[in-house]
Amino acid sequence: MTTVTDPSAAAARATDAILGDTLRGTARGVVVDSPPGAGKSTLVVRAALELAAAGRPLMVVAQTNAQVDDLVVRLAEKAPELPVGRLHSSDSDPYDKALDGLDNVRTSAKAADLAGLDIVLSTAAKWAHVKNVEPWGHAIVDEAYQMRSDALLAVAGLFERALFVGDPGQLDPFSIVGADQWAGLSYDPSASAVTTLLAHNPELPQHRLPVSWRLPASAAPLVSDAFYPYTPFHSGTDHGDRRLSFGVPSDGSGPDRVLDEAAESGWGLLELPARHTPRTDPEAVRAVALVVRRLLERGGAATSERGPDPVPVTPDRVAVGTAHRDQAAAVRAALTELGVTGVTVDTANRLQGREFDVTVFLHPLSGRPDATAFHLETGRLCVLASRHRHACVVVCRAGVADLLDEHPSTEPVQLGVTVKFPDGWEANHAVLAHLSEHRVTWRP
Amino acid sequence: MSLITTLARLEAVDSGRARPLATVCHRHLTGRPLVLVPLTTAGEAGAPLGALVGTDRDAPRLLAVAQPRDRDLRFAFLAELAEAVLPHIESAADAVEPAERSEVDPETGRRTKVEVELCADAAQLIVPSRAGIDFVRLLGRSMRFRRTAEDDPDTPYPAPARVPLLGRWLTHYGERARVPGSSLLLATTDLLNRHWATGQSSLEDQHLGALLAWIDPPPGESGAEAAFRAELARDGAGQLLCPPAGPATDPAFDNRLLAPAIEAYDRARVALAAAEDGLTADARLGELSRAEREIRSLLAAVMRPTWDAVWRGLDLARGLPEGARSQDRWTRDRWSFTAHRDRVRAGEPPQPRRDDAVTAARKLAARETAQAQVEAQEALDDPLVLAGRRLAGEAFLGEVTEVEMTYTESKRPSPRPLVTVRTDERPHLGERTKVYRSLDGKPQTAEFVGYAADLAGRHAAESVAHAAEGPAGAESALVLRITDRMGRGREPAPGSVPEPGDRIAWTLFEHDQRGGPALPEAENTPWTHGGPPGGAEEAEKPDPVTAEDLL
Repeated sequence: MTTVTDPSAAAARATDAILGDTLRGTARGVVVDSPPGAGKSTLVVRAALELAAAGRPLMVVAQTNAQVDDLVVRLAEKAPELPVGRLHSSDSDPYDKALDGLDNVRTSAKAADLAGLDIVLSTAAKWAHVKNVEPWGHAIVDEAYQMRSDALLAVAGLFERALFVGDPGQLDPFSIVGADQWAGLSYDPSASAVTTLLAHNPELPQHRLPVSWRLPASAAPLVSDAFYPYTPFHSGTDHGDRRLSFGVPSDGSGPDRVLDEAAESGWGLLELPARHTPRTDPEAVRAVALVVRRLLERGGAATSERGPDPVPVTPDRVAVGTAHRDQAAAVRAALTELGVTGVTVDTANRLQGREFDVTVFLHPLSGRPDATAFHLETGRLCVLASRHRHACVVVCRAGVADLLDEHPSTEPVQLGVTVKFPDGWEANHAVLAHLSEHRVTWRP
Repeated sequence: MSLITTLARLEAVDSGRARPLATVCHRHLTGRPLVLVPLTTAGEAGAPLGALVGTDRDAPRLLAVAQPRDRDLRFAFLAELAEAVLPHIESAADAVEPAERSEVDPETGRRTKVEVELCADAAQLIVPSRAGIDFVRLLGRSMRFRRTAEDDPDTPYPAPARVPLLGRWLTHYGERARVPGSSLLLATTDLLNRHWATGQSSLEDQHLGALLAWIDPPPGESGAEAAFRAELARDGAGQLLCPPAGPATDPAFDNRLLAPAIEAYDRARVALAAAEDGLTADARLGELSRAEREIRSLLAAVMRPTWDAVWRGLDLARGLPEGARSQDRWTRDRWSFTAHRDRVRAGEPPQPRRDDAVTAARKLAARETAQAQVEAQEALDDPLVLAGRRLAGEAFLGEVTEVEMTYTESKRPSPRPLVTVRTDERPHLGERTKVYRSLDGKPQTAEFVGYAADLAGRHAAESVAHAAEGPAGAESALVLRITDRMGRGREPAPGSVPEPGDRIAWTLFEHDQRGGPALPEAENTPWTHGGPPGGAEEAEKPDPVTAEDLL
């Protein structure tokens, strides 16, 4: 440890600078880029509490109801006495029932009912319907890179100043209709909120969190190099701080061998024979399910910096990621058939912001005859490859490298649009090159 | 591409004929559409070469530019186009019916009903291909900022009187065509591709001749052969038998026929200008008009097949009965048409070059709503489209086997009947997933409670696996809880609860779309989006004159 600085100190310095700009700065906005698992939610909660302590009325804008509920619970844990408002929609079951058990949390579908509370939280969609209220002095916009520019337009009138927090490497927001007509305009409504904000206010202070507490030392360098080449980050833990072990030895099958490889190195690639398949490739889906079942059957246990004793890897600490919803449905069915329950199975879009001990994902390009922009999207692969604390297993058909070479990116270049680096093609190659060192070939 | 479209395309390859993708027509076709077949000049962006236009399939009006690089002739063409198109639009703009619209009263802030005019029918415009729509947009852009002598007496090159007005209308049509499900400006290829699947690639489907060959091949020939001929067959002089639907022309036509004809015309013009006495001038004027007639007949010959193909495409689409809800979307087109008419009549300036932040966000939101709406409406109107959604797990058809009445636990209990539905389909249902059915044209909501077998306590894994992964035909029983549209009383209104034996289509998608939230007015654009847009003069400044403009 001669040149490497202490990660905790580096993270603390970044946080202090962010809070300084937020509480005492003069700029109307502060932007914070956060790599996966860098303590974004912790930062949001801390900034919210400090703003409330300074007597500034605060609104918090998150993107989904689950994110809002999660923040409310975290706030109540840190400061049980603080009066907090949860603004919700008028649908049935609009928020987590756990909120009803919190004494100082008031819930309502009308903003007027929550007036005067120190902190009011809601989704961007709900905030957009709030009209005719006194603007808040301060706002925190969480997951700002996943928020669309038009959603920010709808809520920006509600606050004077704001702290924007988000992960630039994750999936960009999208639109179900073409928006090329506005590409290149600074306020392109289909772009991300941060893109528009910075295009109009380039002088705003920008910070980033330098340490990922989630990603292990085996994953941080790859994710940093492949997806954040110009804003590198480090792992908060070192090699050897985290271990994954099994109570039952390998039976020599492909799934067991790839699990051993992943336990050892943090990554495993289970490569099935090359083949063009339908999206819900039955063999690959079954392979994913088998890997998950063997992980649980073999009594996986994780040791980390959080405690001296190994903690069993239970189904709720495992996730399966896919690119498409029908693939997720097929994996769920295959798991049920194998008698596995309680494992999270979802698409990359829905896994954003979540954390598990071990993840297994079906490679977006596996078995495909072509590489479309959707399947090449950098953010999709980044989300799938950065959800785990210990190990990540990728299931894929052979031949993806050739497929990539046959399909270089051909998206038209739009004038005035900042080209994103790295592009999905390059990021895919980088990840694949690393995974090939941890390859286990298997013919089911 | 959805699974059912892939299947239809495979079947089309197999059978040599296009396969239907719809059983009803999902785009509204008016009784008297205006067809426009435009051509553009190769190598000169936005220089029209000619057009066939009209509402009578047997008598198109031919417009031609003998020398496309001559700006005066181009203006003459545009003026003539305005004369051909605007009366059609204006006749629709004048026939109105009374309607109501809710507006926010600026004084009280309340929403009130206002009596307004709604055009009884909008003027529909049909072009051959998607490139034709882009060309309509380009023409609109090139005309709407032109100044006429009346606008500005000092303008050096005044446009003919009605040209800017045509530009505004074409711009409106071009923008409206971007709204999913709208029918104000349709491309024939889009219309046909929506309703039929061919055995060729989607790129080839943009060729109107090849597309028609697949849908309606000549007797005794397969669609693939006919399409191949439509794309490539040439006559003895090397000209395509089926000229491209434009606006781009075939290079062989440009080089071998058009270029010599335009050269002849240029020579005749120079000769006429050099004529020294009246007699020679008369003779040379005859030469000139002969050269012009030659160009016109060449253009007519390459546009006429496309003109006929467009009408044939319309006939094919009209052969399908109209989908019930496409009328509803057409009403929105009429509102949009009426609103533009009102803006023009109120003397508002032409549409700006670029949308401001608020307008862009509003348009995007409206189009996303329209997209979700057209997808839902097409599935509700058409069992074949619904079949595609069922195959994708987004809808299912099932027979009601049991209905059990339950009630909410409150002082005034409301009915919450549990309905058991038997189906062999595999919808993507999760806990409390909402499903909808159409009840007298209105959506009724239910939520998924679980699989009957699980609820009865059988081993969960077995039944779920059956539902999701079982072989085709494996049935499962789903339990749904109906949550609305049963009236206000304790007992549900008659007919509002399904009965055993009913076969009902349930969808996982909503039938109606809620509009998004209201956005701020443009003058209240927030600081995050650059603040309010600049004044009118900034937005409407003409392009600056550069050195390149004066060669």
